[in-house]
Amino acid sequence: MRRVAVVGVGSSKFGRRDDSNLSELAFESVKPAMDDAGVDGKDIGFVSVGTVGTWYEEPLPAVAVAEYAGLNPAGLVRCEAACASGSAAFKVAFQSVASGESEVAMAIGVEKMTEIDMPTTIELIGRAGNYLWEFENIGMTFAGYYALYASAHMARYGTTEEHLAQVAVKNHKYGAMNPYAHFQSEITLQQALDSPFVAWPLRLYNCCPVSDGSATVIVASEQAAKKLTDTPIWVKSVGTASDTSNLSKRPDYLGLRATIQAAKQAYEKAAVSPTDIDVAEVHDCFTIAEILAYEDLGFCEKGTGGRLVEDEETYIGGRIPVNLDGGLKAKGHPLGATGCMMIAEVTRQLRGEAGKRQAPIKNGLGLAHNVGGTGHYCYVTILGRQ
Amino acid sequence: MAAKPERPRVLKSSRTLHLRYDIPISKIAKFWDELQRGRITTTKCTKCGNITFPPAADCSQCRSSEINWIPLSGEAVLEAVTRIDIRPASFAQEEPYLVAIGRLKEGVNTLARLVGVRLEDAKVGMNLVLRPTRTAGRAVWYEFAPATGFKENNSS
Repeated sequence: MRRVAVVGVGSSKFGRRDDSNLSELAFESVKPAMDDAGVDGKDIGFVSVGTVGTWYEEPLPAVAVAEYAGLNPAGLVRCEAACASGSAAFKVAFQSVASGESEVAMAIGVEKMTEIDMPTTIELIGRAGNYLWEFENIGMTFAGYYALYASAHMARYGTTEEHLAQVAVKNHKYGAMNPYAHFQSEITLQQALDSPFVAWPLRLYNCCPVSDGSATVIVASEQAAKKLTDTPIWVKSVGTASDTSNLSKRPDYLGLRATIQAAKQAYEKAAVSPTDIDVAEVHDCFTIAEILAYEDLGFCEKGTGGRLVEDEETYIGGRIPVNLDGGLKAKGHPLGATGCMMIAEVTRQLRGEAGKRQAPIKNGLGLAHNVGGTGHYCYVTILGRQ
Repeated sequence: MAAKPERPRVLKSSRTLHLRYDIPISKIAKFWDELQRGRITTTKCTKCGNITFPPAADCSQCRSSEINWIPLSGEAVLEAVTRIDIRPASFAQEEPYLVAIGRLKEGVNTLARLVGVRLEDAKVGMNLVLRPTRTAGRAVWYEFAPATGFKENNSS
């Protein structure tokens, strides 16, 4: 396997984007990523598009997006790993270059979720698990699945509603500094605690919004990267794992096994430990998910994730700054775009381009943790300056 | 003069889809047949002894396709609980409902609606019973309820 570097990143504004269709929205991140990398369409050997779809009109989104951005005749694939589709697309692009099949490859993450009505969106996401046994006669929702984890974690470890709200307060604080974020406003702890329930114990401010958006990452071989940029950000490792379709088939509801296994692979392949990581993007589709991620990624002991955010250890200046772009909570979560947006953010952090949101970089290492479904898929990507 | 913000223009699609799936259940139809008679059953692999819930025609542990049907006691302990306040489109007509995961005595978990208890009284670790029911749409299914009785029996 060859060394691979991120040489270009781009993002669209996340939010309710009914001013743009799927292809136009993808273009908003493809063009700046190509400008950032200094590459042209003919330079791109392979394109992978991470998107979940069904809420927009195009059944072959990768084809629509690639044509619009002038990427034909590059090899093309659509990747689906639910909310981790963007990271899956990144892994495919990374492998295309690492294997020597291409010199430069592109991962586009894009989702257009607001073209249909909200109850139908909630229905479609709620069906994502095991349709027959956990939806047909039950009526689960995505918030409901994570709420089950929250109830078990609270009962076992004493995690509180305040801990959950503290994650939202932190992520809104940083979202307010991010021009790409869906929500660019701070919230108070009381606002979060007073918001209505979506699925007990998760309230509105414990849930990420339904958003549109895109993000693009361009990767290159060592030889190509050195010609293209002075600040290549190297892909140290990608770990990936999966878990059961039925939530009921998991042994407990205290953490995500797929995260634990993907993280273990990523740390081992990169020969680093959790304490070496300077800055992390973690999958906070619901605030409980960020607390689980702290623990499952090894940023703290099992059961102490609530205390980690309470002690402000995941703020800038803390032990491990997390989600300095606002996370899914404030930045928004256009499913397929999220993984690429995380990698784009870690790249900007490691380049020192994050402005007011910049974390101190000591070891030159950042991590992106992207969960698909309710822990059905997980991708952990470690990037480094060296 | 400040420009009036332009309202995004959308073209409302005139073609609509109505999707309804015919889900094959031939290989595990016994589950529905037994449920109709008031019994909750599942499958056990005859080769490796793996018990699964939901039932399955093929064993995911040893990949044998030789399975036996076994009754489930229905005795369970609550592992996780929620109340679905914001419902999916096809459940919009129902009032908010409780859902729990219970660990059955046989060592498998089940996810089902929880009835007969208020959310504030539904605690992780409490004893539950899994029992047949009918859904709001009159489908035969199963649900959890508090196990009044067997807790006392166990402790006496």
